[in-house]
Amino acid sequence: MSWVEACNVGDVDEEDVLRFDHGERTFAIYRSPDDEYFATEGFCTHERTHLADGLVMDDIIECPKHNGRFNYKTGEARGAPVCVNLKTYPVKVTDGKVLIEIG
Amino acid sequence: MAGGMVIIGGGECGVRAALALREHDHHVPITLVGAEKYLPYERPPLSKEGLADDTAEGPRTIATAERLAGASIIMACGKAARTIGRQAHTVGFDDGTTIPYDRLLIATGAEPRPLALAGPATGRVGYFRTYDDALRLRPFLAPGRHIAIIGGGFIGLEIAAGARKRGAAVTVIEALPRVLSRVVPGEIAEVIEARHLAEGVALYCSARVEGIEQRADAVAVTLGDGRRVLADFLLIGIGAVPVVGLAAAAGLTVDNGVVVDETLRTSDPEIFAAGDCCSFPLPVYGGRRVRLECWRNALDQGALAARNMLGGTEPISALPWFWSDQYDLTLQIAGLPDQGSTTVRRDTGGGSFILFHLDGAGNLVAASGIGHGNAVAKDIRVAEMLIQKGVRPDARQLAEPSTRLKSLLAA
Repeated sequence: MSWVEACNVGDVDEEDVLRFDHGERTFAIYRSPDDEYFATEGFCTHERTHLADGLVMDDIIECPKHNGRFNYKTGEARGAPVCVNLKTYPVKVTDGKVLIEIG
Repeated sequence: MAGGMVIIGGGECGVRAALALREHDHHVPITLVGAEKYLPYERPPLSKEGLADDTAEGPRTIATAERLAGASIIMACGKAARTIGRQAHTVGFDDGTTIPYDRLLIATGAEPRPLALAGPATGRVGYFRTYDDALRLRPFLAPGRHIAIIGGGFIGLEIAAGARKRGAAVTVIEALPRVLSRVVPGEIAEVIEARHLAEGVALYCSARVEGIEQRADAVAVTLGDGRRVLADFLLIGIGAVPVVGLAAAAGLTVDNGVVVDETLRTSDPEIFAAGDCCSFPLPVYGGRRVRLECWRNALDQGALAARNMLGGTEPISALPWFWSDQYDLTLQIAGLPDQGSTTVRRDTGGGSFILFHLDGAGNLVAASGIGHGNAVAKDIRVAEMLIQKGVRPDARQLAEPSTRLKSLLAA
């Protein structure tokens, strides 16, 4: 298990998402409307589409390609065509940096 | 209920209806019948990234056999409905069997519009709708091969892009002065057209097809101006027609699709129709009657039909939404651009742009955009919500890239 620095706190707008690539992997970093940070795997579970190009509304991220929905806080798949949950990762904020534990 | 819910058509719409029926009712019997031999599969990838994918062993299923069985959905493949007995509440099939229903959903979709001149589909001439159609085309997607395509619509152009990616030569023959005339704004069609030309596609617009000659080793297309296109394979993509024979024979009202009301009920209130096969009123445009051939409409209407088959009276609320992938470009359209009379352009960087379509009163009625990858997706999605909210946005704000579109939602 290791903590990786993903971005600065100001890099993501409130109620928005940012793509974070690390090695061969890609992640999505979210900032909720109430200013908390979350992280999930970067690709939609339906097709290999970067979720960071999608729209965040409250605690939902919507895939930019086919509007599959997930709760980014829990990873739960919330609407067709997606049926497989997203993997989520622990997040902490230290000294203005957003860190995720990617294991 | 004795017969329960029966769905004719194993495409996106039918499957979404079946899954939604089970989600809302844990006990009602559900039978889903598809004419193709495969389990229900996703059609959009067939002409897009799936076109060149010969590693997959079959089409990408929408729901696995396990998932359908787990939801107690009886799935029958390779079975075509032939008759609807409205008095007896039964559907008769080509294998001689009959299934009773309490509520019936017709989700038979659309099929390629035939070109009489071309004669029947053969090894060198084909249409494009099914996984089997994709398999027939695949051997021709290779260097040294030449594919001619009649029709510069979504299907023709997506396949042109896929064929170029695989090194085949491509000629697109379009009857109108430009490609994608039917639903795509000119500014966006121009971007797509320029890209195809840059990728080496030979594009003949305003071209009339005079003759098609199939030979053992090639197919020859003769155009009105005397030009001749010699190809290894001819693909015909001149639009689609709704599959309505079953509904018409049963005496249901048909007019450019099975006619339904805003709750997707046909002229027989126990029979519903949804997806590409139906003509429906769009409440967001004052009841304008349309028929859509698109994936999200099939998905949304399948789910809505399910809720109404269980006794609901929920009206259609979704906005039309289309997308197309060609090369690394993605086009998205929310709403119907022809509903607008003026256009506001917003450039979003990297050559991507959004067009907002406003009606005479300044209401936002549609938005279309094109860009690399999913560059326009977020803005189109917000535009869709703005349209549904009935927002009358300030044109200067829409055009200004620094305006956060989301902020207009709160207004």
